[in-house]
Amino acid sequence: MRKISLPAQLQDSRAQLVMASAFILFANLFFLLNPQSAIAFLLFMGSVLVLYKMPVPVHVKIFVAAVVLGVMMPLIGLENVYYLDVVTQVGIYVALAIGLNIVVGFAGLLDLGYVAFYASGAYLYAIFATSQASNFISWAHFPLSGMWFWPFLFLGLIVAAIFGVLLGFPVLRLRGDYLAIVTLGFGEIIRIVLNNLDKPVNITNGPKGLTPIQPPELFGLVLNQPIHYYYLVLIIIIVTLIVARRLDNSRIGRAWAAIREDELAARSMGIPLVRMKLLAFASGASFAGVMGVIFSAKQTFIDPSSFSFMESIGILAMVILGGMGSVAGAVIGAVAVVVLQLQVLKEFSDFLGQLSLKGIVTIPSQLDPAKYERLIFGAILVAMCVFRPKGLLPAKRQLALLKERVQKLKAKGETRGEDIDVA
Amino acid sequence: MQEFYHVLPQILVDGLTLGFVYAVVALGYTMVYGVLELINFAHSEVFMVGAFAGTEVLLFLQAMGYLQGLPAPVALLVALIIAMVLSGLLGVAIERIAYRPVRMAPRLVPFISAIGVSFFLQDAVRLVEGLWKNAFYLTAPTLFTSNIALSANLKLPVKSLIVILAAVVMMIGLHLFVTRSKWGKAMRAVAQDKPTSALMAINVDRVIALTFFIGAGLGGAAGTLFAAQYSLVHPYVGFILGIKAFTAAVLGGIGNIPGAMLGGVLLGLLESFGAAFLGVATNGAMGAEYKDVFAFVILIAVLIFKPSGLLGEAVREKI
Repeated sequence: MRKISLPAQLQDSRAQLVMASAFILFANLFFLLNPQSAIAFLLFMGSVLVLYKMPVPVHVKIFVAAVVLGVMMPLIGLENVYYLDVVTQVGIYVALAIGLNIVVGFAGLLDLGYVAFYASGAYLYAIFATSQASNFISWAHFPLSGMWFWPFLFLGLIVAAIFGVLLGFPVLRLRGDYLAIVTLGFGEIIRIVLNNLDKPVNITNGPKGLTPIQPPELFGLVLNQPIHYYYLVLIIIIVTLIVARRLDNSRIGRAWAAIREDELAARSMGIPLVRMKLLAFASGASFAGVMGVIFSAKQTFIDPSSFSFMESIGILAMVILGGMGSVAGAVIGAVAVVVLQLQVLKEFSDFLGQLSLKGIVTIPSQLDPAKYERLIFGAILVAMCVFRPKGLLPAKRQLALLKERVQKLKAKGETRGEDIDVA
Repeated sequence: MQEFYHVLPQILVDGLTLGFVYAVVALGYTMVYGVLELINFAHSEVFMVGAFAGTEVLLFLQAMGYLQGLPAPVALLVALIIAMVLSGLLGVAIERIAYRPVRMAPRLVPFISAIGVSFFLQDAVRLVEGLWKNAFYLTAPTLFTSNIALSANLKLPVKSLIVILAAVVMMIGLHLFVTRSKWGKAMRAVAQDKPTSALMAINVDRVIALTFFIGAGLGGAAGTLFAAQYSLVHPYVGFILGIKAFTAAVLGGIGNIPGAMLGGVLLGLLESFGAAFLGVATNGAMGAEYKDVFAFVILIAVLIFKPSGLLGEAVREKI
């Protein structure tokens, strides 16, 4: 699928480069000039993918991405706050997908209760940043001030990691699909408990949810504007990306890959299975915990329905779509799924609504595409499994090894003066 | 505590009825797991489709005015047979489209595909029912209203009795089929060793398709029984029930047909007793809202302490 760039193709790649840069420039300007247009927004999101695929050095990509995401998007956000919010939402899911990718992609442990860790972070902050905590703690004043948000980011990380270890410890001996079912059960238990823990002691306020959650504060500046959360999420994503990349390329990451490919072989090579799996669970969970804290601060209202099994499957669909084990894939998968959910489906259903309003065709209200996200997630999962189990952007580890071998074989063939056909 | 003993017999009846529904659904999980070692996550949706099919048949009979003329058991039988055939065919289609292409892939791939099918079907049914009836909640007509009074405070509703009876008949039928018939023998052979059974001139693909047909058919029948018992049917009814039925299959020992029946009944009883007892023990502070938690806790506990289940034999991972 991927062409190895040979001198003869250099011209091609130069043309590609020009086309790609033109596309990115066009998409950005178009969106800046038409901040209300959904098509411009889609082109803009597409330009991020084009940038990733562009045959330019990494630091150039980083620079362009910094300009696009750090300057252009906020400028557009001045005109249309809605899209800034959508992009922030995309960002939260990007971080969640990267986190789940550590568990599912790197270590090969299917976690269907991932959203439980997200919920633990969200509820942790929400309980203490509303007056809810005074129901069971009398010696302090609640809600805590916005400055507490920052320590809570770390607390969320730690609490979620502890949950990850607590869940992981008993179940990690189980085989893949059993593990998946148990994590599903865990996720459901957490949701049911959150839903019902308003008695005997009111801790979570049950299905009514918690509100108003204190916005974070930074040196007296109250962070309650969409732009603040946009930058906050952007910074967190950068950190997550770096951490995930470093983990993947570390000794730990290689151990995870070994466990994923062949557990028995990994064990006989002296990899401590339980410790490595626990580490994967805990690090994946901690990402979700941090995002949970941010989510509850951003929404200012949370209830158990935000943490349903559906969410876990949505995040899983992002990881599978992008390619298990591929960090870039997780990013692309998250962008694609959230944009599909929030933008394409919504636009499509608005369009249908317009049509029936004008009386061109009558579309029953039951046929509202925005309501059929399960259908779409399901179709994505099946189609990816059947047609492209490695995802849109397959993980590089196997690919890199393969390339290296091809290069070596070629070099060998050249010294011997014969042609080796590597398909 | 006094009231607890008072309602005890009623809890027993409720638990048994629910348990037999679990048991019939669990058979589908166990059969597919037996031959493919795949947790057929979409089985809960086959159950749901069966519930819809059965309800639609009953509603159709009602609309045509046949329901009053027919004896209730006959009407239920018609609904059961149509629902079984429809959901059986659905099961075969699912296997053909979503499982067969990935049969050789790593374990997790077919499982994720199954999750996809499950979600797809939930909304597909919602879409079809929404377009057709402009609502996706259906209420099945009541077939049996009478009660058999066993004692002063224990009434046995006839519909529960019918559910239990139908479930038992199906289980015995399945057991005879698997142990006595030629196809049943082929099925057991495929479950043991696919390549060898292929060498013995067994058409493995066809046996797997048949397994899906029977498993899904039973799931569909359970759906119809569920609709007849609890009336309300919606596209998301299968999800939790499916997980509980899977728990039942694991509890009895997955891949083991009598185990699935035992596990189902046991889980139904545990659940209704547990929920009632929790209410009494905590003085009403916690109660039936935690009954789903019971099933999950049992599932986790069984998988951790005795993954082979009550009747299953321990299998060592093949190297």
